[in-house]
Amino acid sequence: MIRENASVLLEVRGLSARIADHNILKGIDLTVRAAEVHAIMGPNGSGKSTLAKVLSGHPSYEVTGGEVLFEGRNLLELAPEERARAGLFLGFQYPIEVPGVTNSAFLRLAYNTVQGTRGKEELDPLEFDDLVRGKMKMLDIDPSFLGRSLNAGFSGGEKKRNEILQMALLEPKLAVLDETDSGLDIDALRVVANGINKLHTSDNGIVLVTHYQRMLNYIVPDYVHVMEGGRIIRTGDKSLALELEARGYDWVTKEAA
Amino acid sequence: MSAVIQNLVNQPYKHGFVSDIESDTVAKGLNEDVIRLISAKKGEPEWLLEFRLNAYRHWLTMQEPTWPNVKYPKIDFQDISYFSAPRPKKLASMDEVDPELLRTFEKLGVPMHERKTLAGVAVDVIFDSVSVATTYKKKLAEVGVIFCSFSEAVRDHPELVKKYLGSVVPTGDNFYAALNSAVFTDGSFCYIPRGVRCPMDLSTYFRINTEQSGQFERTLIIAEEGAYVSYLEGCTAPKFDTNQLHAAVVELVALDDAEIKYSTVQNWYAGDENGKGGIYNFVTKRGLCKGTNSKISWTQVETGSAITWKYPSCVLLGDNSVGEFYSVALTNHHQQADTGTKMIHIGRNTRSKIISKGISAGVSNNSYRGLVKVGARAEGARNFSQCDSMLIGDRCGANTFPYIQVNNNSAKVEHEASTSKIGEDQLFYFASRGIGNEEAVSMIINGFVQDVFVQLPMEFAVEATKLLGLKLEGSVG
Repeated sequence: MIRENASVLLEVRGLSARIADHNILKGIDLTVRAAEVHAIMGPNGSGKSTLAKVLSGHPSYEVTGGEVLFEGRNLLELAPEERARAGLFLGFQYPIEVPGVTNSAFLRLAYNTVQGTRGKEELDPLEFDDLVRGKMKMLDIDPSFLGRSLNAGFSGGEKKRNEILQMALLEPKLAVLDETDSGLDIDALRVVANGINKLHTSDNGIVLVTHYQRMLNYIVPDYVHVMEGGRIIRTGDKSLALELEARGYDWVTKEAA
Repeated sequence: MSAVIQNLVNQPYKHGFVSDIESDTVAKGLNEDVIRLISAKKGEPEWLLEFRLNAYRHWLTMQEPTWPNVKYPKIDFQDISYFSAPRPKKLASMDEVDPELLRTFEKLGVPMHERKTLAGVAVDVIFDSVSVATTYKKKLAEVGVIFCSFSEAVRDHPELVKKYLGSVVPTGDNFYAALNSAVFTDGSFCYIPRGVRCPMDLSTYFRINTEQSGQFERTLIIAEEGAYVSYLEGCTAPKFDTNQLHAAVVELVALDDAEIKYSTVQNWYAGDENGKGGIYNFVTKRGLCKGTNSKISWTQVETGSAITWKYPSCVLLGDNSVGEFYSVALTNHHQQADTGTKMIHIGRNTRSKIISKGISAGVSNNSYRGLVKVGARAEGARNFSQCDSMLIGDRCGANTFPYIQVNNNSAKVEHEASTSKIGEDQLFYFASRGIGNEEAVSMIINGFVQDVFVQLPMEFAVEATKLLGLKLEGSVG
């Protein structure tokens, strides 16, 4: 939702980045305010996922120009874990499997680390168990998740739900969700999208990176940005997503050229 | 971040000091005269000298094994001193122990003084080649448990030593076992009589102190019918630029319904970050489940040594006997490990379980090598093997060489293997949840080794966890 006088969460100006010798981002401008939902769409290789990773500080990418402010702070100066503690959340397209580390232990460590830096008290395993089970109930997630190894052997849908559970626990200011809809069947998509809607408040912002319009049936964006060749070439409202669904990306590319 | 990963195990070795203790060291070189000298110095009976000489003559006909997946310059066996003992050799009580030696063990955290021992662990300490102290002897004697240095066992219980020495690992078993049989100088001996559950964990600490000596100790553990013992072994050594050879032989015998649990935390000096120095750990460990329903369980945490060549094995002779092998092998820098186990199923309904976790960092190389053999008469034999490798960074290597030979079609043999990597992506995943690199690595590693660490006795598990932490911390972040 677009709110009058909402505070600016994220301000990206002229952001360029590369991996090895490939320039991927070539000058991105993006402003996200509290309460807003932004969708970033675009064909394969347009730089959508790179934008998400660069914002989170993935070490493989080198920022070559521009600046990023997160609630007024220079985000690019912060290590990835500091960005997370500051309230930035990245939902992974391919969550990493870590055999042997239980989900509950991982979630508790993440919770205590992130919420701890915000002045909340650390929770012991029992207290945390109550908290996490409450969140799981809200998100319609099976409690058996807790005892399993982190993402190991999880189906695509289970992994994505686990991402949303992490988002629920860490309560980020801004969640960048990278192709959270990929690999989900219709039912799983609805569960995941409902979860995201429940976590969306007037104080936080959401950036959805997606290929397809279908997720936006559930999570209605305030802005839709189309990326191509490392730039945002068009910005519109939710009707732009529908138009893309109907006509593909070619016409946007041509109009922008 | 990759530089960060490469730094992962750069914690300095804490046991690398040399103790300034006068020692009685035999001149370098090996021939029958040296063996006679060792035997004479130890006042051994004639049969033991014969055992040694037979082994030596056999050894002369053998070749160093070249099949392990490790590389090192050829060892000059004439350039090693085969006997080194701290003076004075004969100790009537702990008070006579060289104070410098006691300080050494204090630095190591070895509980030598009985009154200081809180955990109730009986300790035998082997310094270079000679056993310097065995604690809790009296208390153990009350229940009939014999726990003493090998030399004492030869003197006081020759019939037991004669009966079992070489019965599990014959003198000509392999190159290093033959060498050990010829020149071993001391070690630990442990006998648990029929029906006795050993009232405390038994523990041996091995320490190599002299630069040019090899260490060749011999351990023999016998559990009579229905007996139980848990035995712990720890190892450290000073830092030298040269390599020291450690070629031990451990033999375990479990009779009907007996159980032996043997745990090792091996932290020999591994060499520096350029691969200079470190221990060559060429060890033969084998347990014989001789009786029905007997059980032998090996748990090892291998973190040290420049080269590890070690396959603690079980020969499952008795019907329904059980063999287990739980292993964590960590290699870093230029360390090389070729380790695993052999489970030889001979009796009926014998079962074995292998859980191996290899962790490689730096430019190290870590191989699991295991044999599961089911003999023709081993009706209903079962084996489950799981071999997991973890790579830290992208310059190290991990290999798995499982050999399975089944000669009985009622056998069930399962093998699972996995390889995972702590790389940028995993660390980034943790970081994106606010978790820093060091905590992430520690959590991943602890999760990875958990199946093995739960097998260790409590105090040892704590020590092993600390040791892994030590080897891995300071490396990231």
